[in-house]
Amino acid sequence: MSTESIISMQGISKRFTTPVDLAGRLANLLGANYQPQTVHAVSDVNLAVTPGEVVGLVGESGCGKSTLGRMVAGIYEPTEGKISYQGKDMRLMTQTEARQASLSVQMIFQDPMSSLNPRMRVIDIVSEAPVYHGIIESAERGDYVATILKKVGLDPVFMQRYPHQFSGGQRARIGIARALAVNPKFLVCDESVAALDVSIQAQVLNLFMLLRQELNLTYLFISHDLGVVRHLSDRVVIMYLGCVVETAPAAELFDAPNHPYSQALLENVPTLKLRHKRFSSIKGEIPSPMNPPTGCHFHPRCPKAGPRCSVEQPVLRPISTGRQSACHLNDGGVG
Amino acid sequence: MGNVLEVSNLATYFETRAGTVKAVDGVSFAVGRGEVLGLVGESGSGKSVTGCAIMGLVDPPGRIVSGSIKLGGKELVGLDDQGMRAIRGKEISMIFQDPMMTLNPVLRIDTQMIEAIDAHEKTSKKAALARAQQALEKVGIPAAADRLKAYPHQFSGGMRQRVAIAIALLNNPSLIIADEPTTALDVTIQSQILAKMQELCADSGTALIWITHDLTVVAGLAHRVAVMYAGRLVETGFVDDVLDHPLHPYTRGLLRSLPSEGIPGQPLEQIPGMTPSLGRLPPGCAFAPRCRNATEICHRSSPEGTVFPNQRLARCHHPLDSVAQPVGLTER
Amino acid sequence: MSSSPGQSLSTASTQGPVSARVETPFQRFAAAFLEDRVAVAGLALLAFIILLSLIAPWITPQNPYDLTRVDLLDSRMPPGSQTMEGFTAWLGTDGVGRDLYSGILYGLRISLVVGVVSGLIAATLGMSIGLISAYVGGKLDTFIMRLVDLQLSLPSILVALILVAALGKGVDKIIIALIVVQWAYYARTVRGTALVERNKEYVDAARALGLSKSRIIFRHILPNCLAPVIVVLTVQTAHAISLEATLSFLGVGLPQTEPSLGVLIANGFQYMLSDRYWISFFPGVALLLTIVAINLVGDRIRDVLNPRLEK
Repeated sequence: MSTESIISMQGISKRFTTPVDLAGRLANLLGANYQPQTVHAVSDVNLAVTPGEVVGLVGESGCGKSTLGRMVAGIYEPTEGKISYQGKDMRLMTQTEARQASLSVQMIFQDPMSSLNPRMRVIDIVSEAPVYHGIIESAERGDYVATILKKVGLDPVFMQRYPHQFSGGQRARIGIARALAVNPKFLVCDESVAALDVSIQAQVLNLFMLLRQELNLTYLFISHDLGVVRHLSDRVVIMYLGCVVETAPAAELFDAPNHPYSQALLENVPTLKLRHKRFSSIKGEIPSPMNPPTGCHFHPRCPKAGPRCSVEQPVLRPISTGRQSACHLNDGGVG
Repeated sequence: MGNVLEVSNLATYFETRAGTVKAVDGVSFAVGRGEVLGLVGESGSGKSVTGCAIMGLVDPPGRIVSGSIKLGGKELVGLDDQGMRAIRGKEISMIFQDPMMTLNPVLRIDTQMIEAIDAHEKTSKKAALARAQQALEKVGIPAAADRLKAYPHQFSGGMRQRVAIAIALLNNPSLIIADEPTTALDVTIQSQILAKMQELCADSGTALIWITHDLTVVAGLAHRVAVMYAGRLVETGFVDDVLDHPLHPYTRGLLRSLPSEGIPGQPLEQIPGMTPSLGRLPPGCAFAPRCRNATEICHRSSPEGTVFPNQRLARCHHPLDSVAQPVGLTER
Repeated sequence: MSSSPGQSLSTASTQGPVSARVETPFQRFAAAFLEDRVAVAGLALLAFIILLSLIAPWITPQNPYDLTRVDLLDSRMPPGSQTMEGFTAWLGTDGVGRDLYSGILYGLRISLVVGVVSGLIAATLGMSIGLISAYVGGKLDTFIMRLVDLQLSLPSILVALILVAALGKGVDKIIIALIVVQWAYYARTVRGTALVERNKEYVDAARALGLSKSRIIFRHILPNCLAPVIVVLTVQTAHAISLEATLSFLGVGLPQTEPSLGVLIANGFQYMLSDRYWISFFPGVALLLTIVAINLVGDRIRDVLNPRLEK
C-alpha cells in the first residue's frame, strides 16, 4: 500500500468577496467609504490524507471546515494554493484525468431534505451520473441501482419511489448510494449524521465503517460532534476561523489536547459521565470570518494568551510524531 | 412543598386526513421547585408537543384530548383563552430552538421586552426599561444599556438565545420550558448558555423543563429525566439512576448507541429499524418491533407504567433491572 | 452484545419507505388541492366552462361568425324570443342580430384560447430567461432584471394598446401583445426560485458528480421552479383574458366578425341603461364567472404549493 497521499492540500485559501455594487460605487464617488466585504473562509491550510485513512475535521461555525470539504470535492475552486490527487496537481491534469479525479472524490451532504432532488425517483437519482459518464449503459440501470441500494441497506423494491416517501435516515442512505454509484475512492462527509436521530445516527455510522472495509474507502469526516469524530477517526484536525490549529491521532488528541482551543473544546463537551456538571466556558463570542482578529485568531478568548499572540500568527509546527499544533506556547512562549 | 407542575395522563391528538395522530398519549410527570427535568426523545417522540400543550399552544387540528396539567395546583386543561394568556409569559415561559421564534425582527429589543412586561403588569415605562436592562445583564450581555436599542439581527445566534432567555425570565415565572434551545448552537456557546441557565435557575428557584434529544446535556444539567418514545413516556427517574441503570430497553439502546459509549473502530450498538409513524402505531408496545427482548405479550398489549423504588417509573412488560423490585402499578 | 451490522442493516431495510405505494409529487399535490371545497367548486366550474366552449358548435343553434345566418331583423330581441331563423334566443340577441347564447360560447372559446396560448408561450419564454439569468448571474443577470423592471413598470394596458395599434387587429396579434406584456412576471418569479434552488445541496451534489451546467439547469433546477410558475400561469391567464376583453371593449382588440366576450360587451354597452341590458349583461356575467373560476383554482394552487403552509 503506497504511503503517498490520496489527497494533498497545500497552502489552500478561500476567500469570498462581495464587490461593491453599482449603487455603492456611485456613493463612493460622492464621498462614502463602502469597502468590498471579504469573508476569509479558509486561510493557508495544509492537509494530506493517506489512502484508507479516516480524517476527522472538527470545528465550530465559521471555522471553514465545510468550505474546505467542498474544495476537496471540487464544488468550490480554491482562491490560492494547490490540491493534488494521487500526487498530481489537479490544475495540471488533462480533461479526462481531471474528470476521473473529480469522480473519485464524492461528497455526502448534511441535510437529508434538500440533498435529494424532490422531483426525481430514487432510481434516477442514483443512476443519473453513472449513465451520464458512461460507467453503465442505460439498460443496466435497474440492476446496478439494486446492487448499490442493497449495499447501503435499502430494499431495491423501493427504487421507483420519490424522496419525500422516505424517512431521514433512509434519505441519508440514498445520498450515500448516489455517491457510491460513481465508484469513488474518497468520501467527504459534511456533517452527514448531524441531522439524524441518535438511533439512526448509529446505524449510518456503522454503515460508513462497513463501507470503508468493503470498498477500501478513505474519508474526510467533517463534524462538530466530537463524540462521533472520536469514534470514527484515525486522525483529527481541529480548525478555528479558517486555520488549522491542531492535528493529532485521535486517541492522543482526546487524551491530551495541546492547543488551548482544543483544550477548551474538549472541556466544554458534555458527556454522559459528567453529572450535575458545573458548566464553565471560555469567554466571548466566535469572531466573524469577515473580521478575524490580528495575530492568532484565538487570542481574544484564550486563557493563556500573551502579548505575542495579538501580533504574530502562530505556525503549525510538529510537536511530536504525527502531531502538529499552532500555538506560541510550543514555540518560545507568549511573552 | 407542592410541585410546581404536575402532568397526569396527558393525551394530545391531531386529526389529519391520514387519520388520528396520537402525538402524546398518556404522559405523566412532575417538576418541583428549582428542579431541572430533562424531557428526552428523538424526532416524533412527542416531546415538543408536550411542551406546547403545557403552554396551551397546540393549535387545531391538534387538541388536548384528556389528562390534566396542574400548575401550582391550578388546572390548565380547559382554561379559557384569557386565563391561559395571563399565565403565559408570567407563570410559565418558553424558550424555543430558534430564538427568532421569540424575537420579532422588526422591533427593537427594548420595545419587545417592555411589551412582555406590560402584558402582565402595569408599570411605568422607566421601571420596565430598568427591569429589561437588569434582565439582559443577568444573562451576561455586555453593554446592556446600549444593546437594548439594537435589533435582533445585530446579535449573534448565541446572544439572541440569551435575549430570549432574558425575556423568559422577565416576569419571574415559576416554570420555564426550554425546547432544544442549544441544539443549533456551537459547543462552546452551548456551554455558556447551559452555565447561565444553571446559575439563573439555582438563584431564582425556577423549575426548568429542558426538552432535548441530547442525553449528554441532560446528564450534566438535569436532576431528573423523562424519556419519551412514540408519544408515550417510557421511563422516568433521577438522572443517575436512569443513565446508569436504565429500566427500559429503549433507554438502554439509546445510551449504548451514543458514539461516546462505543469503542473506537468497533461497530456501534444500534437499535434496528425506525420510529413508527404516529398515525400507524403497532398494537401493543410501540417499541416492540425494534426490541430484542420483545415477547408475545409485548406485541399484543401496551404496557402499563410500573413504579419502582426511588421515584422511578418504566412502561415495559419486561423492565431490565431485575434487582429493582416493582412497588406497584400506576393507574392507566 | 452488539448485533452485526449486516444483520441490522437488513432489518432496517425491511421497513420500507414511510408510505407504501409510489406517490408522485403530483398525486400528493392533487390530494392536498382537493381538500378545499371552494377550490373544488371553482375547478368544477372551470371544467364546465371549458367543456361548453369545446362543444359549442354542437350545442348552439347558430354560428355567430357566419354572417349569412345572422339576420338584422333579429336584432335587440329580449331573452326568450323567437328569431327569424326559427330558434329561441334564450339570452336574447345583440345589436346585429346575433344570438347571445351562441355568441357567448363562441366568444369564450376565443377568450380562453387567447388567454391560455399567450400564457403558455409567455411562461416558456419568461422561464428560460429567468433560469439563465439566475444561473449565469453577474452583469447579464443585472441587465435582464432591469429589463424586467422596465417592462413591469409600464401599465400593461398601455403597452398592449401600443402594440395592437402597431400590429393591427386579429387573434394572433393580440396573442403577441399579451406575450410581450406577460413574460416579465415569469422571468422574475423563476429567477427568484432558481436562485433559492441553486443553493440547495442537491445542486452541489450534481456538480460534484460532474454533470454539465445545462443539464443541471434544465434537469434539476427547472422542474423545481415549476411550482410558482403554475401559480402565476393561472392568475395571468385570468389577467390575459380580461386584458383582451378590455382591448376589445376599447375597439382595438378582435374584429367585429369574430367577437370575443369583450367585443360583445362593447357592442352592448350603449344599451346598458336602457331596457336592453342583456346585450352586455350576459357576456359580462360569463366573463366574470370564467375569471372567478380561474382565480379560485389559482389561489388554491398557490396555497398548496406554499412551502410555509406545509406541516
